[in-house]
Amino acid sequence: MLKRLLSRLGASVVDSLWRLGFAARFFWAILTHSGTALVRFNLTIREVFFSGVMSLVIILVSGLFVGLVLGLQGYDTLQRYGSSEALGILVALSLVRELGPVVAALLFASRAGSSITAEVGIMKASEQLKAMDMMAVNPIARVVAPRFWGGVISMPLLAALFSAMGIFGGWLIGVQFIGVDDGAFWSQMQASVDFRTDVLNGVIKSVVFGIAVSFIAVFEGFDATPTAEGVSAAITRTVVTSALAILALDFVLTSFMFRGL
Amino acid sequence: MKRTVLDLWVGAFVAVGIAAVLFLALKVGNLSAANFAETYRLEARFDNIGGLKVRGPVKSAGVVVGRVADIRFDPETYEAVVTLNIESRYRFPKDTFASILTAGLLGENYVGLDVGGEEKKLQPGDTIAKTQSAVVLEKLISQFMFNKASEGDADKK
Repeated sequence: MLKRLLSRLGASVVDSLWRLGFAARFFWAILTHSGTALVRFNLTIREVFFSGVMSLVIILVSGLFVGLVLGLQGYDTLQRYGSSEALGILVALSLVRELGPVVAALLFASRAGSSITAEVGIMKASEQLKAMDMMAVNPIARVVAPRFWGGVISMPLLAALFSAMGIFGGWLIGVQFIGVDDGAFWSQMQASVDFRTDVLNGVIKSVVFGIAVSFIAVFEGFDATPTAEGVSAAITRTVVTSALAILALDFVLTSFMFRGL
Repeated sequence: MKRTVLDLWVGAFVAVGIAAVLFLALKVGNLSAANFAETYRLEARFDNIGGLKVRGPVKSAGVVVGRVADIRFDPETYEAVVTLNIESRYRFPKDTFASILTAGLLGENYVGLDVGGEEKKLQPGDTIAKTQSAVVLEKLISQFMFNKASEGDADKK
């Protein structure tokens, strides 16, 4: 009984370690096989289109709504302390530092990450990857690396668009709808949002999230059990693991970036 | 989808994305010309800097003329040495008075420069001779309480 329990524990530890090692080697393989993705750049452009441009609508619309809600909620709280002019600071800082990168990455994982996993997984299930291998085309270089780099390029741009759209939404509610002073809204925002500590750190966050989400997506697709069930489980794992990775990485990055503030 | 259409879409996407980053940097953040302007350094010594922080504003007549570059403690004179980066287009006379002020009752601390009447200007690297420390609210309150208490004693006699 005890022996069986111990061996099951051992098996799960060995399995997860093996998977971790495989993921690390896979990441290294993507990096070393990125030559094709960069030389034949139209492969990567195609993936930027599918993961970036196609996610544009959901990113812009949800950014706008997040900004609108921040405007309403922020005004409601700030006007109690008679400082409703600080609405610009509240909206801009919360979007640029946190909500922009994190929510955009979560949306990106469920919109683009899942479709990357599905694509790669089905390619594996229908043995297209093996066929490529037979034709001496490296599937990591031809299929995986362009998708990875496409995601890495798209993510920071999407996060910036999300933040910009959210600030526009906050401005729409605060200035146009409620009537906070336009000049105070922008000038207070500019006085307290710092380019390096706030904007640049937000961009760094979104780059890190882009790498994490794109890697998880291609890895789960490449590692999927080559059956219909296996692919569906892999897609689920992509979304769940990406969401957890984004939030955990966000905590780690925030604790390094904003310690003194 | 055709290659050219794809390229067009991706090009537009990247352009809009970069525009968003620029919007965040220039319109939302404070990365404006002022941050790239040439600056020179001045030093000022204070007994107490209160809550002054690096990158805090330096104001004269309410206008931001520079930023706090560095704050350190001098172990020999037991004073705080504050280095100020002042924009090169602003020059101040030798007898400029530097004081640490607070924006509003609970706002952030900043360095205020009150201009004197001297003809000679401060040169880059000079130390501002006349300074006034931050007003620490606790000290002010305790002083007030002491005064009140001693007044009360005097009344009894």
